[in-house]
Amino acid sequence: MWIAAAALSSLALVVSALRAVISTNLVHSVFWLAAMLLSVAAVFFLLEASFIGVMQILLYTGGVITLMLFGIMLTHRVEGTVVPNPSHHRAFGAGASLFLLSQLLWAIWSTPLSATLVPLGTTAEVGVAFLTDQLLAFEALSVLLLGVMIGAIVLTRSKDP
Amino acid sequence: MIDPRLFLSLSAVLFCLGVYGVLTRRNALGVLVAVELMANAVNLNLLTFGRYVTGVSAQVFTLFTMALTVAEVVVGLAIVVLLYKSRKDVLIELASDLSE
Repeated sequence: MWIAAAALSSLALVVSALRAVISTNLVHSVFWLAAMLLSVAAVFFLLEASFIGVMQILLYTGGVITLMLFGIMLTHRVEGTVVPNPSHHRAFGAGASLFLLSQLLWAIWSTPLSATLVPLGTTAEVGVAFLTDQLLAFEALSVLLLGVMIGAIVLTRSKDP
Repeated sequence: MIDPRLFLSLSAVLFCLGVYGVLTRRNALGVLVAVELMANAVNLNLLTFGRYVTGVSAQVFTLFTMALTVAEVVVGLAIVVLLYKSRKDVLIELASDLSE
C-alpha cells in the first residue's frame, strides 16, 4: 500500500516536472510546477516528514505559485490567450543533463546504503531543535528574510526625483 | 523497508530535469520554474537521508533550504520585473549586455 502510493506519487512527480520544463505555454508550465510541488508534498508525507509536507504545501504551492503568476501578469503584454515560452539549444541541454544524470545515478547505486528507518521527528521535536541545537541557523534565516524583504523593496521602488 | 537509493534516484531525475530547464529556457520565468525543480530535488534528497540515517535535523535543514529558495524566488522575480521595465520583454538574451 505504501509502495503503491510512493510509486504513484513518484510517477506524478516525474511527469509533472517533465511537462513543466517542456511546455511551450508559460502559464501551463507554472501549473505543471504546482502539480509537481503537490506530488513532492505527497512524497514528504510518505517519508513521515509531516511538518515539512505541510510547509511545502503552504509555502511552495501556495506562495511561490502565486508569486510566479503575479510575475507573469506583470511582465507580459498578453496579446492572445497564450503566453509563449520558447526554448533554445535543446540538444545541448538534453545532453548535458543526461550526462549529469548518469553520473549521479552511478554515484548513488555504487554506494551501499542500509534501509533501516529512523524516526524523522514530530513538529514539536523540530521546534525544540530549532531553538536549541540549530539556533544559529534560525537566527541567520531571520536576518536573511529581513535582507530579502528590504532588497526586494529597494529593487522595485520608483526613484522619486 | 524500501531501498533509499530509489528515492535518491528520483531526486537525481528531478534535479536533471531542472538542469535541462535552466539550460534551455529563453524566458526568465521559465528559468525560475526550473530552479524550483532543482530546489525541490534537494529537499527530497535531504529528507530521504533524514528518514534513513539522521533524524530530526533533516527537517530543520529542509526548512532552511525551503525558506532560502522562496527568498531567492522573491528576489529573482523583483529582478525579472526590473528587466521587463527596462527591456520591454523578459527573454534572457535581452540581458546579455550590461548597457541600456
